[in-house]
Amino acid sequence: MFTNNTHHNQDPHHEVEYSKEDKALFGFWAYLMSDCLLFACLFEVYAVLKNSTFGGPTSQELFNMPFVLVQTLILLTSSFTYGLVSLHAHHTNHARKVLAWLSVTFLLGLAFLSMEIYEFMVLINEGHGPSTSAFLSAFFVLLGTHGAHVLVGLIWMAVLFVQVYKKGLTVANTGKLAVLGLFWHFLDIIWIFIFTIVYLMGVI
Amino acid sequence: MFGKLTTEALPYDPLVLAATALIVLVACSAIGALFYFKRWTWLWKEWITSVDHKKIGIMYILLSIVMLFRGFSDAVMMRSHQVLAVGEAKGFLPPDHYDQVFTAHGVIMIFFVAMPLMFGLINLMTPLQIGARDVAFPFLNSMSFWFTAFGALLMNTSLVIGDFARTGWLAYPPLSGLEYSPGVGVDYYIWAIQIAGIGTLISGINFFATILMMRCKGMTLMRMPVFTWTVFCSMILVVISFPILTATLALLSFDRLFDMHFFTSSFGGNPMMYVNLIWAWGHPEVYILILPAFGIFSEVVVSFARKKLFGYTSMIYATIAITVLSFLVWVHHFFTMGAGANVNAFFGIMTMIIAIPTGVKIFNWLFTMYRGRIRFASPMLWMMGFIATFTFGGMTGVLLSVPGIDFQLHNSLFLVAHFHNTIIGGVLFGYFAGITYWFPKIFGFTLNERLGKLAFWHWIVGFFVTFTPLYILGFMGMTRRLQHIGDPEWKPLLIVAAIGTAIIGIGIAIQVLQFIVSIKNRKQNLDTTGDPWDGRGLEWSTSSPPPHYNFAVIPTVYGRHPFWDVKYSPTHVPLVPVYEDIHMPKNTAVGFYIGGLAFVFGFCIVWHIMWLAVLAFIGMIACVIVRSFDEDREYVIHKDELLRIELLRHGGKL
Repeated sequence: MFTNNTHHNQDPHHEVEYSKEDKALFGFWAYLMSDCLLFACLFEVYAVLKNSTFGGPTSQELFNMPFVLVQTLILLTSSFTYGLVSLHAHHTNHARKVLAWLSVTFLLGLAFLSMEIYEFMVLINEGHGPSTSAFLSAFFVLLGTHGAHVLVGLIWMAVLFVQVYKKGLTVANTGKLAVLGLFWHFLDIIWIFIFTIVYLMGVI
Repeated sequence: MFGKLTTEALPYDPLVLAATALIVLVACSAIGALFYFKRWTWLWKEWITSVDHKKIGIMYILLSIVMLFRGFSDAVMMRSHQVLAVGEAKGFLPPDHYDQVFTAHGVIMIFFVAMPLMFGLINLMTPLQIGARDVAFPFLNSMSFWFTAFGALLMNTSLVIGDFARTGWLAYPPLSGLEYSPGVGVDYYIWAIQIAGIGTLISGINFFATILMMRCKGMTLMRMPVFTWTVFCSMILVVISFPILTATLALLSFDRLFDMHFFTSSFGGNPMMYVNLIWAWGHPEVYILILPAFGIFSEVVVSFARKKLFGYTSMIYATIAITVLSFLVWVHHFFTMGAGANVNAFFGIMTMIIAIPTGVKIFNWLFTMYRGRIRFASPMLWMMGFIATFTFGGMTGVLLSVPGIDFQLHNSLFLVAHFHNTIIGGVLFGYFAGITYWFPKIFGFTLNERLGKLAFWHWIVGFFVTFTPLYILGFMGMTRRLQHIGDPEWKPLLIVAAIGTAIIGIGIAIQVLQFIVSIKNRKQNLDTTGDPWDGRGLEWSTSSPPPHYNFAVIPTVYGRHPFWDVKYSPTHVPLVPVYEDIHMPKNTAVGFYIGGLAFVFGFCIVWHIMWLAVLAFIGMIACVIVRSFDEDREYVIHKDELLRIELLRHGGKL
């Protein structure tokens, strides 16, 4: 992904001058690693508190698996459609297709987030809110943090939509699309862990 | 409308009132001076909106010095209160206030003195050492600083409006939970640290990327100066450990704000998990602070022993070993938790193992000094004082790493003396050495040596007079954080400790005097060569102070001592510089706005003014979005303009 902007030189020690876009991509990658640790903490907390239901409902009683499966498929599909955004942004250089697939990704992300909010509302209305037990606190915060990230991703997508629409696929804009791509796929990976550790292992 | 905020939040205690009056007085006179000298525009354009790493570094150090005064006043209050609270005597601080003082002392010294001092020096020197014109993300650098500064402001706001946590500097639940700390103190604690911590995390990413991506031609990893290496490792620790702090504090605040049950003692919460999490951050944190200090000592010892560093490679590997090991020892902070003999044995042994790479470093420094022609300048005095003091502190650390002994000494003054031994003797001495050593590079004149040496002797003597009694008191069974002392036998040693604090106080006063005298007599101490200590690294190859673009031509490096090699090469012929256009980042106020809004956000959460907190948060996001639409972020120094500036700087000849 890193582009070498200086012409090839003879020095045996590899020398490159990185562009702004390269730096942003790498810096964001480092940020994602730290974000990954933030999630690692929340997973750790969830794992410790999973059985601390304090007489309240357990994960087996609460989770609605078909619903979550649909949610998962929607998010995975959105990762695929973002892949198409990247394809058109970096290879075929087709601004209108980028905008189209960006919109599809946005809608899928919005659908995912709406379903998550719906799930939360159902739980809270049934009296199983985050203050019920340590288990539910950990559940709401782990999923809520992921959901907040998805929300940030959606706002970011909307902003990039406007920028690509206005300026087209400039170097700056394709750089930003690459960074958002990292973020969006990262959220997908986190969700796979949530699906496995929280939901699948929660109903065993 | 204003949440929990009422006029009752204003101070009533005479001591706090006096402090408040002092703060208001200083703030008013600063504002008045700015009006009087018509310096608002200058302040705004040259400093607040600056993205220049050198200016940001200076602002970090100023912040740290201001906060050192407050942190040190807390120390003076504690030491004098304990002397006056033995037996029948009650002292002058009620328990409620005393608890806030020791909490604030710890929080301030770590987060708002040591961290800004470290980031100040990193900002000043890392780009210069790697031959770069700025950091990888100059705007984020400015934003990080403002997060730290506004975090400090929030912390100080608690002095005037409301109160601070009474929990100790790591705020263990359930004491810090809503049930036992219902006031706003813990919320101030959480949000001051949270805001500053996010700034630190962003800085960590920034310098990690800077060191990996901005090195000049020929600067391979194993040619980097040792300071840059230690900063690199320290920043890796920041990137890995600060998210843990962010998550932990967020969970604690959810417990307090939304009645959740992560760390409560009922509803299935687990307070011990907090202790584990906070130390999983907290232990790496102490290495985040000490590693750059190790780097500074490595630079200083080379310059003043006039030899190249003994064992460069082993120094680097020792640093990396410490970086890795620092994540495997956190349980030694709470051996008494009852994790079981095997767990404690593992963490005890890992702790002892850390002494090995640290010992490698100590011997490297000693062997560098061995048969060197040592100049006893003040940075070198700090360095030698450090070797003695830090080794002592390290030894007591190894003692504490034995779980059996730790059970006896846990939470005693022995522990307090141990960590002050490493933090003052290691971190603080290191940064003082760094400030003295690099001061001429940044300001163009050296600091007064006589006063510098005098300050050093006061610090080191004051240090031992203060903390040796605390070691002894710890053995005698005195625990930390005592507001009242029942055993009159402890009084004489407490008096000695208080005298030591006074000696340190004189040391600080001399340091202030040192700055004043040096600035006043700067004409006599000008550094015209850019190389006052006969240095070896790239930072000495540019002028003092460096131009805002650091290097007119980006240097090319062929070894570990790029400047030394050029300086003393008999065959070196200086090339006629070929100038090219320079792209520099434009100043921006967005970082300042975002930091300011973070302050409003934090303050509103503390006082439950939710509507304004939401508005401030939306404002922060809006700032980021507006910034992303701004593509006019750079300006160009044309090569003819560059030639003109360089001619002017070099008095007409190149």
